[in-house]
Amino acid sequence: MVLVFAESQKGQFKKAAFEAVTYGYKTAQALGTDCAALVLGTVNGTEMLGKYGANRIYHIADSSLDQFDSQVHATVVATAAQQLGAQVVILSHSMNGKAITGRLAVRLNAGSVAGVNSLPVVEGNVLKVKKSVFSGKAIAEFAMNSSVKVLSLTGNSLPPEEVGGAGMVETLAIPVPASRTTVKDVKRIEGTVPLPEAELVVSAGRGMKGPENWAIVEELADVLGATTACSRPVADAHWRPHHEHVGQTGIAIRPNLYIAIGISGAIQHLAGVNNSRTIVVINKDPEAPFFKAADYGVVGDLFEVIPKLTEAFREFKAQS
Amino acid sequence: MKLLVCVSKTPDTTTKIALSADAKALDTNGVQYILNPYDEWYALVRALELKEAQGGTVTLINVGPVTNDAIIRKGLAIGADDAVRINAEPTSAMYVAQQIAAFAKDAAYDVIFLGKETIDYNGSEVGAMIAELLDMPFISYASHMDMNGNIATIARDIEGGTEAVEVHAPFVISAAKGLAEQRIPNMKGIMMAKSKPLAVVEPIAVEEATSLVGYELPKPKSAVKLIDPDNMGELVRLLHEEAKVV
Repeated sequence: MVLVFAESQKGQFKKAAFEAVTYGYKTAQALGTDCAALVLGTVNGTEMLGKYGANRIYHIADSSLDQFDSQVHATVVATAAQQLGAQVVILSHSMNGKAITGRLAVRLNAGSVAGVNSLPVVEGNVLKVKKSVFSGKAIAEFAMNSSVKVLSLTGNSLPPEEVGGAGMVETLAIPVPASRTTVKDVKRIEGTVPLPEAELVVSAGRGMKGPENWAIVEELADVLGATTACSRPVADAHWRPHHEHVGQTGIAIRPNLYIAIGISGAIQHLAGVNNSRTIVVINKDPEAPFFKAADYGVVGDLFEVIPKLTEAFREFKAQS
Repeated sequence: MKLLVCVSKTPDTTTKIALSADAKALDTNGVQYILNPYDEWYALVRALELKEAQGGTVTLINVGPVTNDAIIRKGLAIGADDAVRINAEPTSAMYVAQQIAAFAKDAAYDVIFLGKETIDYNGSEVGAMIAELLDMPFISYASHMDMNGNIATIARDIEGGTEAVEVHAPFVISAAKGLAEQRIPNMKGIMMAKSKPLAVVEPIAVEEATSLVGYELPKPKSAVKLIDPDNMGELVRLLHEEAKVV
């Protein structure tokens, strides 16, 4: 059986959970077995995971699991995997997923690959998977030969697919160990899709000349329904908050669309965004290195181009 | 406080990646290797700040061959007291974690630091593995840390925000941007680093379940399509009809 840990946040599944179940369903098909999902804590609508291919949904509804502790979560997931006889355990390569993938590999004596971005190839007892490495400059393939394998799936690697009906939900009685950490406070920026999960991102850099000029970027993002991001110099100068910084030292993202405005495209910036599906670069300097990594480019004054692009998106949205 | 900082060697971000003829390894000719920035800039420096505030020792640990000594000396030049190199090729996250856990097991470190991930494989697994092997709490992606006695309050990055977590030492922490400010080694530090102890320890045997099959290079990106800045309707049309992203 393939067991997918379906992550939730504040009682709701994240998109990453649907992607992971889709991945688990396809992996189970390749192995000729079933896909089950595991849900921890207080979560609504657990049966919806059936749509993405989970035959069974195991729910451990202990509310102490609403607070994340990598040790507690890994212990519970590992115990469930053992009880259910899972051959493959799949997680999201999210902040929480990253904190438990390694623990699970230890607990389950499993081979593991974190951050895979394509479906596995089955060769007997061996599972081969690929991931992007060296800042997107190469793809590496790994083989796992243990009886249990652990994988985490990079977000936005494959779209969630609806393949089934309602899944059967069963409660699973697994003791939850006491946590040795205490969550004191959670701060989240409300109202926007967090950057690691955003499908559309509008990002701007030093070409904006100053923080007072950001209104046109925000307006574009608003019309498009995109999340805003920025380059490192902009975050370091406190023109924009640090959580918007994408790139090697900031966060790495792979949205469907990345619009880079007034960003030259230093390699450290590209390292965080070059896995985006489509890249649009807007820069007045035709020699900006970012154009080499772009799908579409606009050479022009961003203060003129951005309002025109916003207007064009507004017309497009009005028609569609 | 007894602090251990795990450091990795990675190719510099600006390195051009080429493969060996059989594509089973990197062509290391001309590859510039550095200390993994998250290990050096944030994990090591936060450990040094703790030592400066409360006293103690900062030990570096690296799993790698003798050629890693140069980058380990850089960590000593930044201010670590001593270093340990486990004399082996780091073949997988599990291999590295097992070596470090075996070394740290009976050494009573209060805090084990490492970067949130390495910039080459970005797996983020080693910290979680060490914590599991040593039965310790693990706080990942830490962007702020206060230590009061043996109680730490840590801000950890989550999607779209941060979470404040309280934990008692001993624990494992992985460092993100914000945990500390990068330090450049000065001449005195570089001179002192030459005489600081760098112990070489032979590895333990580890059964490995994950192996690297090989590499491929991504398909070259087709040339950028330039759009007339006065025709943004055309760009929107292409994003909708050709790229299918809006």
